[in-house]
Amino acid sequence: MRDKIKRLIVFTISLAMFSAINPVHGQTRTPDNQAEQRREAPTETLIRNATVLTISHGTLQNSDVLIRRGKIAAVGQNLKAGGGARVIDATGKYVMPGIIDCHSHTMIDAINEGTVSVSSMVNVKDVLNPTDIAIYRELAGGTTTANVLHGSANSIGGQTIVVKLKYGRPASEFIFPGALPGIKFALGENPKRSNFPPLPGLQRRYPATRMGVEETIRDAFTRAVDYKKDWDDYRAAQKRGDKSVLPPRRDLQLEPLVEVLEGKRYVHAHSYRADEILMLINVANEFGFKVRTFQHVLEGYKVAREIAEHGAGGSTFSDWWGYKIEAYDATPYNTAIMMRAGVVVSVNSDSNELARRLNIEAAKMMKYGDLTEEEALKLITLNPAIQLGIQDRVGTIDLGKDADVVIWNGHPLSVYSRPETTFIDGEIFFDRQQDIARRADMERERAQLEQAEPNRPPAQGGTAPTIPRRRPSHDTDDEWDGGIDQR
Amino acid sequence: MRRRKAVGSWQLAVGSYARFVSFSVIYFVVVAVSFCSVDSVQAQQPSDPTFQQGVLPPMGFYAIRNARIVTVSGPEIENGTVVIRNGKIEAVGANVTVPSGAEMIDARGLRVYPGMIDAGTSLGLVEVPEGAPGTVDASEIGEMNPNAQALVAINPHSAHIAVTRVNGVTTVLTMPEGGIISGQAAIINLNGTTPREMAVVPQAALVITFPRAAGRRAEFIAEQQGVTNLAQAIEAANRQVEQLRKLLRDAEAYGRAQDAYAHDKNLPRPSQDVVLASLVPFVRGERPVVIRADRESEIRAAVRFAEEMRLKPIILGGDDAWKVASFLKEHNVPVIVTGTLDLPLREDDYYDTLYTNAARLQQAGVRFCISSGFTNSETNSQVRNLPFEAGMAAAFGLPKDEALKAVTLYPAQIMGVADRLGSIEAGKMANIVVTDGDLLEARTHVRYLFIEGRQLPLTSRHTELYEQFKNRR
Repeated sequence: MRDKIKRLIVFTISLAMFSAINPVHGQTRTPDNQAEQRREAPTETLIRNATVLTISHGTLQNSDVLIRRGKIAAVGQNLKAGGGARVIDATGKYVMPGIIDCHSHTMIDAINEGTVSVSSMVNVKDVLNPTDIAIYRELAGGTTTANVLHGSANSIGGQTIVVKLKYGRPASEFIFPGALPGIKFALGENPKRSNFPPLPGLQRRYPATRMGVEETIRDAFTRAVDYKKDWDDYRAAQKRGDKSVLPPRRDLQLEPLVEVLEGKRYVHAHSYRADEILMLINVANEFGFKVRTFQHVLEGYKVAREIAEHGAGGSTFSDWWGYKIEAYDATPYNTAIMMRAGVVVSVNSDSNELARRLNIEAAKMMKYGDLTEEEALKLITLNPAIQLGIQDRVGTIDLGKDADVVIWNGHPLSVYSRPETTFIDGEIFFDRQQDIARRADMERERAQLEQAEPNRPPAQGGTAPTIPRRRPSHDTDDEWDGGIDQR
Repeated sequence: MRRRKAVGSWQLAVGSYARFVSFSVIYFVVVAVSFCSVDSVQAQQPSDPTFQQGVLPPMGFYAIRNARIVTVSGPEIENGTVVIRNGKIEAVGANVTVPSGAEMIDARGLRVYPGMIDAGTSLGLVEVPEGAPGTVDASEIGEMNPNAQALVAINPHSAHIAVTRVNGVTTVLTMPEGGIISGQAAIINLNGTTPREMAVVPQAALVITFPRAAGRRAEFIAEQQGVTNLAQAIEAANRQVEQLRKLLRDAEAYGRAQDAYAHDKNLPRPSQDVVLASLVPFVRGERPVVIRADRESEIRAAVRFAEEMRLKPIILGGDDAWKVASFLKEHNVPVIVTGTLDLPLREDDYYDTLYTNAARLQQAGVRFCISSGFTNSETNSQVRNLPFEAGMAAAFGLPKDEALKAVTLYPAQIMGVADRLGSIEAGKMANIVVTDGDLLEARTHVRYLFIEGRQLPLTSRHTELYEQFKNRR
């Protein structure tokens, strides 16, 4: 009995401790005080006297941005806020829309369902990890929205989702309301698995050539067209009151492809070489669907006209090149060439690291191809918003848009600048001064944890710890969750 | 001088099993291997974008006038002239008389900087890291390869060379990787038709990866040896340190024996050993040893080990260097900071932990420089982004002038070539970059480029692909 009570006490204390040190990077948040904070959060914010980079209508000097109930309520000079509004003096600072990363693997606990060549039945939405520290680090770099993609191990990969990086919130609150979901396709070396030996004991997976990649996609869409027809027939029969037709058996692999055919799901196609880009355009035209974006698209500059004619966007690296054979013909002038051919181009990260500084990736495009400041900024704001079909909500500083804005201490295209405050829907999700202010608490907490029993050396009653493992860095396209480091 | 050194380096360049092979055979193998590697790399390149194959542009006679000159070593000159002749900076100042016969370059509105130096690359050793193993020459078989020399395998016609230099990086330390002793690094200028033409210091430093109990390599060893807990892993790492210690002690003894024999031919003749011979200048502290170490405990252990062995250490990596800044200052050990733009080591590190690393070292008075990072494979294509690493450090507390020094003068000082490189001073090698803006800004364009007084075109594989396709309709 005494033991039981003791255990209960220990349990209660540890529960209390756990909730107190819930590691939301120092923000002590329990569900209760989180709700409280939200109730207390001002519904109005006035950012005063900043240089405002609107993206849509130029740069406004000495201007204010008024945020009300999560939306941009006014942009102009000498704006007035109501009582209780949060007022931020941004004299000498810059305000721009939150950065949108059109190719991310942030916050997913698995990237590649690589065992099959068509994995359209899986969805990254099911593996969102809202505590991924990468989210916070990206917010600190001014990124507010990410297109979270499945990996590129398969010709047709998993379903994808657009999120707002609302660090500290449950996963369900990350999902970008109304944004069309997508599906990842992949062409070239990764779906061929040419740089990755098969898992021990397994045979090499089909396809092994770019011919096979095309065939895999064609085969899947041929089946999807049939499947769609089965359902169309069934629904037509239902409509005319014919009860004799049985419903087709549901196929979770083909359903997302039917959505593609119906324009309800975007195709984001990982691609490198010009030939494979043309291949997918041809297949898409044949089956009557659109490729929404070509991702990476390092040789897009060779077939920019064809990409523009198809109406696909190009979501590319600023300057990655030479890391594998299909990236050897990359050139950082890719962006400029595609843009001038009429392709909507964005610059992406495909990396938890790079997603912290996409502003510099955009700035590089002024060097490579002489983009203007506004063109460069569009690569990480309006253009990815267009590619994801969310341009009515984010991507510029305009009346009525979501208040996803970032205050920078200098021009965001300068390497010497850094974000000071990042807002999503009018709420602060990163603030440098708050971050710094929390650090003393963090140090204290760290010291306490280091004293905790599991971290005690064996001589002081602890057991020998296991070897520290690297935390798997699920942030690149070709990481395969096959249990073995494929590189 | 540097040519003569280079010849030596060719003779010493051998693989890890060389100690079992006679010297003449080794020489033959080295020459043969170097031919083969150049051939295979060229075969991999669809079209060679470097200009004027086999021909170096001349060391010209130039006067860059009306420029803002950022000397780095001294104050900026608001409106001045730089005279370049015979590969060197002949004169620099606000009131320089331009000698007759010089080709005039009007740099009104432009800025003149020394070329940037990246002290942590494998440039020239790796063309395509994935899917083309024939183009990868960075890592030898085995743990101890002190005699593997980067200079031997540098491909002067690598597309990476021109791609990097047109962004203003004119000199790099290029180094082997892998094992415990990876090999010897070379300081090269990013221009030349042979490795020797490129070499500034052919055998600039020995490269050691300090053994550690955790991380990718340690995991591999743990798996091999059935190591399951940290205590065993630390033991395994200590055994490797012991292995290293023994080899370095053998090299000391070898050096003493050879010296003794040179003075007194009546002594028994000690047998030749290319591996030990290659270590002698390093164990004697005549040349620096670059030691890769990122974590606090590794850095401390590496510095203590280096002092015990009387090496001349330079820490490469140094993610945790800010934690041991006073220790590094006290022991006067410089750091090549490679991780400025890496994700912090630990999940609970602050978001700006690595952004602020350089600033904290600077505040603590530790000698440091900033490198694009020698982590592995993909880094060569990132060397051209060196200025933005320094820029990020400046965004997080490093004074701007210090950020510039961190990629020019400081790496030159740390690598012992500041008498020739790293600033705009009369007598130094004319590695000069003329830009239309701040050198560290991403939007800045390089307008003129000189390496050893040779004016180079601002073309690379990337500009050529651009030219080929920009007008396709």
